[in-house]
Amino acid sequence: MTVLKTSLRNFLAHKGRMALSAVAVLLSVAFVCGTLVFTDTMSTTFDKLFAATASDVTVSAKDASDGGETTSDNGKPPVVPASVLADVRDVEGVESAEGALHSTSLTVVDGDKESLSPTSGGPTIVGNWTANDARTMEITSGAAPEGPEQIMVDADTADKHGLELGDEIGVISVVGTHTAKISGIADWSVTNPGAALFFLDTKTAQQVLIGESGVFTNVNATAADGVSDAQLKKDVTAALGGDYKVLTAQESAEAGQKDVEGFMSVMKYAMLGFAGIAFLVGIFLIINTFSMLVAQRTREIGLMRAIGSSRKQVNRSVLIEALLLGVVAAVVGLLTGVGIGAGLRALMGTFEATVPAGPLVVTPGTVATAFAVGVLITMLAAWLPGRRAAKIPPVAAMNSVHAGATTKSLVLRNTLGALFSGAGVAVVLAATTMDGSDGQVPMALGAVLLIIGVFILTPLLSRPLIAAAAPVLRFFGTPGKLARQNAVRNPRRTAATASALMIGLTLITGMTVVAGSLQNAIDKMAASAIRADYVVSMANGNWLSPDVARTLERSDGVTASSPLRNAPARFDGQTVFLTGVDGSSIGELTDFPVRDGAFEVAGTRIVVDHGTAGDHGWKVGSDFTLTHENGGKQELTVAGIYEGNEMFRGIMLDLAALAPHQPDPIDMQVMVKTSGGASDAAKDRLVEALGTNPAIKVQDKKDISNELASMFTLILNMVYGLLAMAVLVAVLGVVNTLAMSVFERSQEIGMLRAIGLDRGGVKRMVRLESLVISLFGGVLGIGLGVFFGWAAGELVGSRMATYELVLPWGRMAVFLLLAGVVGVLAALWPARRAARLNMLQAIKAE
Amino acid sequence: MTSAVTLPKHGGTGGRTAVAARARQVVKAYGSGETRVVALDHVDVDIARGRFTAIMGPSGSGKSTLMHCLAGLDTVTSGQIYLDETEITGLKDKKLTRLRRDRIGFIFQAFNLLPTLNALENITLPMDIAGRKPDRPWLERVVETVGLAERLKHRPTQLSGGQQQRVAVARALAARPEIIFGDEPTGNLDSRAGAEVLGFLRRSVDDLGQTIVMVTHDPVAASYADRVLYLADGRIVDEMHQPTAEQVLDRMKDFDARGRTS
Repeated sequence: MTVLKTSLRNFLAHKGRMALSAVAVLLSVAFVCGTLVFTDTMSTTFDKLFAATASDVTVSAKDASDGGETTSDNGKPPVVPASVLADVRDVEGVESAEGALHSTSLTVVDGDKESLSPTSGGPTIVGNWTANDARTMEITSGAAPEGPEQIMVDADTADKHGLELGDEIGVISVVGTHTAKISGIADWSVTNPGAALFFLDTKTAQQVLIGESGVFTNVNATAADGVSDAQLKKDVTAALGGDYKVLTAQESAEAGQKDVEGFMSVMKYAMLGFAGIAFLVGIFLIINTFSMLVAQRTREIGLMRAIGSSRKQVNRSVLIEALLLGVVAAVVGLLTGVGIGAGLRALMGTFEATVPAGPLVVTPGTVATAFAVGVLITMLAAWLPGRRAAKIPPVAAMNSVHAGATTKSLVLRNTLGALFSGAGVAVVLAATTMDGSDGQVPMALGAVLLIIGVFILTPLLSRPLIAAAAPVLRFFGTPGKLARQNAVRNPRRTAATASALMIGLTLITGMTVVAGSLQNAIDKMAASAIRADYVVSMANGNWLSPDVARTLERSDGVTASSPLRNAPARFDGQTVFLTGVDGSSIGELTDFPVRDGAFEVAGTRIVVDHGTAGDHGWKVGSDFTLTHENGGKQELTVAGIYEGNEMFRGIMLDLAALAPHQPDPIDMQVMVKTSGGASDAAKDRLVEALGTNPAIKVQDKKDISNELASMFTLILNMVYGLLAMAVLVAVLGVVNTLAMSVFERSQEIGMLRAIGLDRGGVKRMVRLESLVISLFGGVLGIGLGVFFGWAAGELVGSRMATYELVLPWGRMAVFLLLAGVVGVLAALWPARRAARLNMLQAIKAE
Repeated sequence: MTSAVTLPKHGGTGGRTAVAARARQVVKAYGSGETRVVALDHVDVDIARGRFTAIMGPSGSGKSTLMHCLAGLDTVTSGQIYLDETEITGLKDKKLTRLRRDRIGFIFQAFNLLPTLNALENITLPMDIAGRKPDRPWLERVVETVGLAERLKHRPTQLSGGQQQRVAVARALAARPEIIFGDEPTGNLDSRAGAEVLGFLRRSVDDLGQTIVMVTHDPVAASYADRVLYLADGRIVDEMHQPTAEQVLDRMKDFDARGRTS
């Protein structure tokens, strides 16, 4: 009981410092809870939506995805023949059945050829208007589409793009381009999941989406009264045989749910990443706080021991304080998390994603997680300081000397740190000599070892590194000198503080180095392998209609062109990459180093990359038999072996030889060489030849590398989000350390003030100390980050010939600057406090 | 009034007035209304230049407060304090800090030294803060006087309590302040180390012409002074010149008895 009371009193006596640590725990708890609340809320609302939209039993093709649309290798959704609809109608217990068609493998544009796809990443769906759709949507103006000239659009999309009845809409798919006028607008009666929807009549949909009549993507059956969905599924399956996928409404909803989860998982993992970093850094902060509190109370704890407290009781009192802190942080964190969940929903709304409204869902699981995370983390982190407190001897109470930090030898620590670091470096170096994926695990292991090693070694490293800053600090006179000495005065504390910053910066620097080097490598790869002036592809990543290749081939000024035609094939039971190319021009459009034989693609003579050739033991002159998708077999001869890379590999076969085996060709890209080389005029001519279609992009090499760059920028920006989090928590850590330092040195500060250091000087002293600690963490972090970036690059480089280390000096300078800013910001409050210290009380206080 | 900007060229001596510091009608009160406590009650005092003055009195008499006010460490409620011809009451913190740095030396009971600096660095600290170069020959003379020449590179933790206080005395002397204030400078020392430090203070007055004001409750320490001021209830109630320890002790007993009967 007394233990509890003293714990509680101590806890309340150090509210300020506890609050700092609590914020770190709170942030981690809040992010975890925010993520959970958000995903729970989303899935609950989507659950309702899918339950509302799914028909009792849905029949689809065997290879269709559970959740809905998928695109098969011919660029169209998998279909079932119309006979299935008739068969389902005949099943007993079916009240009604209808055929539905949906496809997402397309682009929809308005009259000005501007894309109408949702900017939020939601799908664009074109389908036929069915009774099932009519259950969840209501036609608010105009009428349902009838005949090939008409199309209906959902109200949200119409609002967003200002579409009205009679406006022209173009649907571009592998089949071709179809234009129609808006006949009606339909609004959701349930929540819109964020897709753009377009409806055609059934016949038109079949022609536009699939290119043949009498097929559906799904057959929706409604059960007669008294027939359960499960029973109906059984009966339908029995009637159709096992060639189709039959799902009940609930199964469809669950499958749809899975798709949504996939869609949300990126956000979920990013959020959990935030939480993870907040945790990691939070642990440092808590260890630091409790170590300081214990050091500060050495005499008090000694007194407790002297008057009869057992070690266990002392230890327990520290842990109870941690428990209190954890509980407080968990409660506030939970509340903040609910706020974050609500905020995220609002945020997604501003990104034009239509987010289902509905009550926020806070499950008991979320609450339990909040407490588990908050309390466990805190108590775990306080365990070490608690043990240290228990070791304080009773005689400490009698010690009149101000109980300073223990100057225990760092020998053991340094030995241990050196061992860890050495092992870490050795493992990482060993991993760099390994091949690609084999090295990943050892490298990760080595990285962890090295980080732990450096963390243990930071007290040792602090002296020389901070001493290196002396020439700069000398510029600041006595405050600079004192700041430097204060920074190395308690190496452990300085180390723990700097480590919090180090971890964040290591991650960020490593990522930046790898991303920058990768981008450079891919850039070079594209530049060296592509000889074509332009690469034409679909803007949304879908397949190109072969019409595009035909059109380009006949265009003015095009001297050579070749599609890269996707042709899945199998050899020896394994899938192999097979690309159909125009054998006569491919040599002009690409430039691969040839390892053996000649780059000759004609008739059944093919070229293959060295990797694939090696896998199958093919040599120049080897003959082998390939099985095409339609089951046809073809004997081919290896004419040459080229050096493939991450962008191009596999077998290249002449189009003429491939054509008989591919009734429905689709292309990934078309490569084009123009007479005058790349120029604005040439590009305009190509774009015009393709009908100025926004769905098709024409890119020169520079466009391709810009696109790559923006992709990498996006990834890096997400990573920098993590940085913000790590920096925030690190600031708290530095504030904490400085506050403690100021408190411990109040007598010194008072004396300095008395003998003539003015307030500005005191402030400068504290700020510089903060700056020195932060920059120390920054230098360590950036150094480690560069090393890891280099090592990870070696691993990647083993597979990528063009990879070489690119050090982002500018970015690194920014990171170091950021560390400095952290230092200055963190010192604001402690410096003010130090300057305001009442010198008389400070000197007298003991 | 020119002395505010004039650095003293010789440790407290020279052609200036015979009074190094003076207090006029100084009142220092804490709190207000019923809880108002008056620590100094209209005190007038002159500190003679080149002399060693001790301030004595029972606990709560206001002796430390008087010293803090004279030294510009604390503000007064009313009245004026002059250092030489400069009025320090009413000075802003920045000016006051500079005045302490350039014209006043301090020796506290404890925590005189920065543990991160060695003895020499501690001694030159006020000059380092001011960005002034120490006067080498003077510094050497001071160091020799306090007998620390062998230990200049030592850290405070490597020095005994007496040695630490001698470093503090050296620091106070090294900057050649007009006046040195000591707040129980021997309070934490055993009698031998205390005698050593007091001996140095005495010699710095006799040999170097330094002005020193020291607060103490130890009659032996007070006996090193030229003049002892007695404070009681915030007023100067008595003074004694060229005291001996016995005389001081007797006077103290006297006050104690009076205090009990009144």
